[in-house]
Amino acid sequence: MSEITLSVKGLKKTIGKKEIIKGIDFDLKRGEVFGFLGPNGAGKTTTIRMLVGLIKPSSGSIEIGGYNVRKHFTEAMSQMGCIVENPELYSFLTGWENLEHFARMLPEVDRNHMKYVVELVRLDERIHDQVKTYSLGMRQRLGIAQALLGKPKVLILDEPTNGLDPMGIREMRNFIRYLAEEEGLTVLVSSHLLSEIQLMCDRVAIISKGSVIKVDYVENLLAMQERVIWQAEPRDVAKEILAGFTSVTDGVDGALITPYIEGETAGWNRALVEKGVEIKEMNRKLPALEDLFLELTGGETID
Amino acid sequence: MINLVRNEMLKIVRKKRILVVAGIIAVLVALFTYSQFREIERRLERFGDVDWRTTLQQQIIDTQNRITSSGISDEWKSELQLRIQQQQYYLDNNVNPMEPGAPTFARVFAEHSINLFIPLMIMVVAADIVSSERSAGTVKLLLTRPVKRWKILMSKYLTLILSVSFIVVLFGVLSFLISGLIFGYQGWSAPVLTGFSVEGNELQTNAIQMIPQWQYLLMEFSLVWFVALIVGTITFMLSVLIRNTPAGMGVMLAALISGAILSNMVSSWDSAKYLFMINLNLTGYLSGQAPPIEGMTLGFSLLVLTLWGIAALIVSFAVFIRQDIY
Repeated sequence: MSEITLSVKGLKKTIGKKEIIKGIDFDLKRGEVFGFLGPNGAGKTTTIRMLVGLIKPSSGSIEIGGYNVRKHFTEAMSQMGCIVENPELYSFLTGWENLEHFARMLPEVDRNHMKYVVELVRLDERIHDQVKTYSLGMRQRLGIAQALLGKPKVLILDEPTNGLDPMGIREMRNFIRYLAEEEGLTVLVSSHLLSEIQLMCDRVAIISKGSVIKVDYVENLLAMQERVIWQAEPRDVAKEILAGFTSVTDGVDGALITPYIEGETAGWNRALVEKGVEIKEMNRKLPALEDLFLELTGGETID
Repeated sequence: MINLVRNEMLKIVRKKRILVVAGIIAVLVALFTYSQFREIERRLERFGDVDWRTTLQQQIIDTQNRITSSGISDEWKSELQLRIQQQQYYLDNNVNPMEPGAPTFARVFAEHSINLFIPLMIMVVAADIVSSERSAGTVKLLLTRPVKRWKILMSKYLTLILSVSFIVVLFGVLSFLISGLIFGYQGWSAPVLTGFSVEGNELQTNAIQMIPQWQYLLMEFSLVWFVALIVGTITFMLSVLIRNTPAGMGVMLAALISGAILSNMVSSWDSAKYLFMINLNLTGYLSGQAPPIEGMTLGFSLLVLTLWGIAALIVSFAVFIRQDIY
């Protein structure tokens, strides 16, 4: 399971004199869901558009399934399916006509495969309706059906859960996991929501201001940053005691924030209780994306 | 490539643009047919059922009266004089320039539509052929499929050529069928004079030929098709360059209308003859109208239009292939 399906090396994009993307490298493996995490304007979409050949990189190389996107465009593209931003299909055609339209752009897609794909995204009941009557979730699913037509090795989805309701988000998540685990696809997903990435991805790249700050497995990344929020009385005593074990920062509403360390945090709690501190609340919490960012970028603001 | 063209045709047909164009043409033809019908009725009332020669003679006298009246520009005056000379020639050779019937109507209607109406109809279809993909965002799917960009654009251009041809044929057929309801469908072999040329203010008649109307129509509609193709190509380029369909349409509209206006007032601005919109009135060379600028010939106009078309195609492809899609 370590076959590399998408490889990005030294990717840069300069517009005018401004360097938008400042050298990005990563490799994606077969059967994994890879998250692309960053705030709006970090360069996620620009990078994705370079991956799918919509924007020409200023330098660096992109290989999909071993084919260079610039030199062997058609070969590279036939290994890849994508949705860039919204799933924009022809609204005046039916779902099926849309699929036929894009199937005609591929070398030989048989109707059985088209039907299979439609069933996979569970659109079989509405596939002969015009796309303009579809809900956003259905369009999203049709977009994925379109992306799967050419039996790609790599699926690139830009903000796939954008605009979906909670139910739709969950469905999409399960579907993406299914594609990676059962069908062996490499799925690249971009998002600005940490919670989403956390639930669906194996690995994640954090991108800020045009460079990748960190690429790691989701568990590692979160464990590193998981924290405990304390509400205790008297506060000063609690802070003093906790400071004896670890670093303490002040949170809102008089809360105290410490990192979560497996096997030790319970001990701090016992120590506090023994010293007569009344603990009102002790909450283990995943960091917000913003905190993670502040941490990783060394306090730089997100803009 | 055939599959790609099929895709594009599907989109054009399903967007129902051609249907709109057909509707507009049908309404306009009906309108003009009716107005011409009224005109004939009026003439009957005024002069009674007279020979066409008398009518033509009357027209010549009318025009002569207009020339002698004051407050008429020199340019207009010389154009009217040319018209008189032409009508006189028809009269002398005993050829009716307005042989009643659907073919004559189609001929005259095409003559008057070539520099504005037909280009407008072409524009309606051509203006959004690329830009609509961009504004709807579907270009992102189109360009991330394993098909090279030039092939995508080529399929769109081929589709445009097909649509342009279809519209020109539709124009001819509709104006023939609808006007024939009133004027009858006869007159295919009526003689038409062509080959007039203008030198100074004098009508040159030495190259004049008399050909049957069907042959004239064939020549005329070839020219209409050519103009439609060039206008389509230039609109196509604007569609590539300008993401916003209404903006692209606006630019083209401005060019076409300014061309129609300029044609009447640029006789002293010599270099304007290199503008494509001054050269659209190709059928004028057949029927012997004075060109907008002295010295322009059919060959010259064809050359100018061809160069504009080629340049527009080169720009379209060069931009489309390199363009970053944001």
